[in-house]
Amino acid sequence: MYKALADAIKDAERDKKSLAQVALAAESRDQGRPVEDIRAALQRALDVMRSAIEKGLVGDLYSASGLVGGDAAKLRTSAKGPLAQTPFRDILTRALAVQEVNAAMGVIVAAPTAGGAGVLPAILTGLAKAKSVSDEKVVDGLATAGLIGAVVAERASLSGAEGGCQAETGAAAGMAAGAATEMLGGTPSQVGHAVALTMQGMLGLVCDPLGGLVELPCVFRNATGAAIALAGIEMALAGITFAIPVDEVIDVMGEIGREMDVRYRETAGGGLAATPTGRRLAKERLYQIKRSDG
Amino acid sequence: MVSLLDIIGPVMVGPSSSHTAGACRLGLLARGLIGGTPQSGLLQLHGSFARTGEGHGTDKALVGGLLGFRPDDERIREALQIAEREGLDYKFEKVTIADAAHPNTVRINVELNGKKATMLGSSLGAGRIMVQEIDGYPVEVTGNLHTIVLVAEDRKGSIARITGVLAEHDINIATLRLSRKERGGDAFMVIECDEEPDKKAGEELRALDWVRWTRRLPKVSGG
Repeated sequence: MYKALADAIKDAERDKKSLAQVALAAESRDQGRPVEDIRAALQRALDVMRSAIEKGLVGDLYSASGLVGGDAAKLRTSAKGPLAQTPFRDILTRALAVQEVNAAMGVIVAAPTAGGAGVLPAILTGLAKAKSVSDEKVVDGLATAGLIGAVVAERASLSGAEGGCQAETGAAAGMAAGAATEMLGGTPSQVGHAVALTMQGMLGLVCDPLGGLVELPCVFRNATGAAIALAGIEMALAGITFAIPVDEVIDVMGEIGREMDVRYRETAGGGLAATPTGRRLAKERLYQIKRSDG
Repeated sequence: MVSLLDIIGPVMVGPSSSHTAGACRLGLLARGLIGGTPQSGLLQLHGSFARTGEGHGTDKALVGGLLGFRPDDERIREALQIAEREGLDYKFEKVTIADAAHPNTVRINVELNGKKATMLGSSLGAGRIMVQEIDGYPVEVTGNLHTIVLVAEDRKGSIARITGVLAEHDINIATLRLSRKERGGDAFMVIECDEEPDKKAGEELRALDWVRWTRRLPKVSGG
């Protein structure tokens, strides 16, 4: 797989191909698997993503601690808010839905991780619905997202314990923005700018979940991450460019992650987890989980 | 090498790829070690597994793995109740294994029909795992392929014999790692195979009189 997005973009431009095609060819070469095989696996992932969204929209799922759940349904049915009945609102709702399913131990696709699993399906399926995009194109989007995630894994990190939330939902938002930009007709170079424009907005974000659980604020971070990705997509498709090359943005995300104090890397030692209320809720709710498990 | 399908995947029961999917895979490997659902399982949790495991369903995922559930199996949610029904007597302990141990580490002690096995493994993130120790022997097993681990006397031609047995059973070797502590000391082999080694291949390896110990481990991750 590619270690720099710039190389993938160069190859795509030279061969007049999409980044999805370039990514699928590289994966096929690396793994010795036919492209059709890889596409079939991505289609299965898409099916799981869709079914997670459907389950999450019902609003009857709650996490073990009871700290999160039911909010996707609230957003789905609310008539208030400036984004009501827009694709933007639908995408935020979908992001919450997947993460509520995840927190309730439902089946999701870790993309790139379970904690950031809401952003990519929300953006791709939400935009596919709004713009009548075929499944084939959405699967292409997953391939492009995989390429972006692989480059982030190689150059920085995809783990909150290593790099903070910027490495999980930040990477997820970058993947989703790049994938959607291509899905909606953007050029390979616009994909690069979409990733950079999105990830710059997530730099420095800490991983500070209450009690160390993938619940709060993770569920909401997926919705806000999707919102930032939408901003990146919108700007890139308008032809806006970001002066710092995308690979350098990814590198600096890794650097910030390594510099981040351990309190801000999934240990519940800092950030929201260490607020007075955060500490109190974690203590009460963890006790409750222990009791209910007997 | 990073694969697209590692990034867009795995399909798994939430909420955490390291605390849930990885834990389930470690349970599956321990099940593989004794060849079925154990009658008893002592699960010693270290670090973050001990601290936040309950909220992440690490307990359910580990027991689910021992029951043979894969990371995407929704029965993981009810794994503790199912274990009681199926006669798997499990027990959890919070321990400190070593200062250097990875934060998500578990020692799994299983027993089936008088046969015992112990495995020490960690969940590294994004569902990836690493088994560091089996029955006291140091190993490195990722579960990405079918694996044979083997301890033998360090003698000439041993690799040729072992690979010969595997070839006879039509098993292709993907990777082979050999290490020893000293010349003439025990040789440790970790052999990753493309095909699943059958029981007979395992028995033939064990029958070689200079092979001290061998185990087969199932493939629990990868596409």
